[in-house]
Amino acid sequence: MAIYSIYILSKSGGLIYQYDHTSIKVEVEKTFSYPLDIQLTEKNKRIVVAYGQKDGINIGHILLAVNGSQLNGTSLGDGQEVTAFLANESNYPVNLKFGRPKLSTNDKMFLASGFYSFYLIARQLSPVLASSGIEFLEADTFKLHGFQTLTGIQFLIVTEPNQMNVEHLLRRVYELYADFALKNPFYSLEMPIRCEKFESNLRLVLEQQEESSVNTA
Amino acid sequence: MTIHNLYMFDRHGVLMYYGEWNRKRQSGMTIEEEAKLMYGMLYSIRNFVNKMSPVDVREGFQCYRTSKYVLNYFETPSGVKFVMNTDLHSQGVRELLQQINSQIYIEYCVKNPAYRSGETIQCELFKTKLDELVKQSPIFKG
Repeated sequence: MAIYSIYILSKSGGLIYQYDHTSIKVEVEKTFSYPLDIQLTEKNKRIVVAYGQKDGINIGHILLAVNGSQLNGTSLGDGQEVTAFLANESNYPVNLKFGRPKLSTNDKMFLASGFYSFYLIARQLSPVLASSGIEFLEADTFKLHGFQTLTGIQFLIVTEPNQMNVEHLLRRVYELYADFALKNPFYSLEMPIRCEKFESNLRLVLEQQEESSVNTA
Repeated sequence: MTIHNLYMFDRHGVLMYYGEWNRKRQSGMTIEEEAKLMYGMLYSIRNFVNKMSPVDVREGFQCYRTSKYVLNYFETPSGVKFVMNTDLHSQGVRELLQQINSQIYIEYCVKNPAYRSGETIQCELFKTKLDELVKQSPIFKG
């Protein structure tokens, strides 16, 4: 049972709040001998696995560390380029650590506005009259629950597939938003929420929810 | 319980087949336009799910639900995509889509020497068998 993250979207589809509650690290370490049997490419200043997924190293994973030392972009701690380092046979055997890339703030904004457009298209493609947009989305690794208020603000909660009682949690987050963001005189509508009270109360509610679901489980 | 419609896309996103049973609202577009919009949305949702997922996905996107309908998505390893819209109470739609793939599509299209992949399905036998299977399923009857 876990709640992964919460997104709040303004009525125009912009991300105004995001909080990661539980994050899972997907990291794999492996020692390679020359020549390297996976194909790496450089993408957005990161080294990405392009071909040859095996042993838990999947396509899309990024290179995090070489021989135990963290990478700095595409270069090693001493400033040497990784691609040059890995091309040199005398550096082998080499220990590489790969991991699933974390979402950047930009990625999150991109995803949030993406969801907003699916929401609208789902309504347009509806085979029945008067349907809303997407309220719930299921994948094999997570579930996404959404709730749109009458004023158009959307709350999204990403949870583990077997998490229960998320509808209730969405309403609670809405309450918190109304109490600590909307009633805050310094908060302007449609702008990112930066209220300490909102954040601390949100954390409290999430922890309570997880405790109660552990007790009932 | 009821089934609204079914879209089948090939691996390149071309609409192979469209069937509808209890569709109560038309989108106001031609079916080609609608299929493009549908495929575009599914493509983006798949990317969205891949990124949003906290761990690596296997099958990825499975279904979404609105206040009035559920869109069920099933993709075969060869990239054929089945999309079925049902009402909110339907259960086991994924299994039905798997059946449509293995018992209807494979049998009457893939094994049909006159059928070429990437084209709209013209085969009459496919259409009648599909209609039979859908109408027999408990999801349709219930």
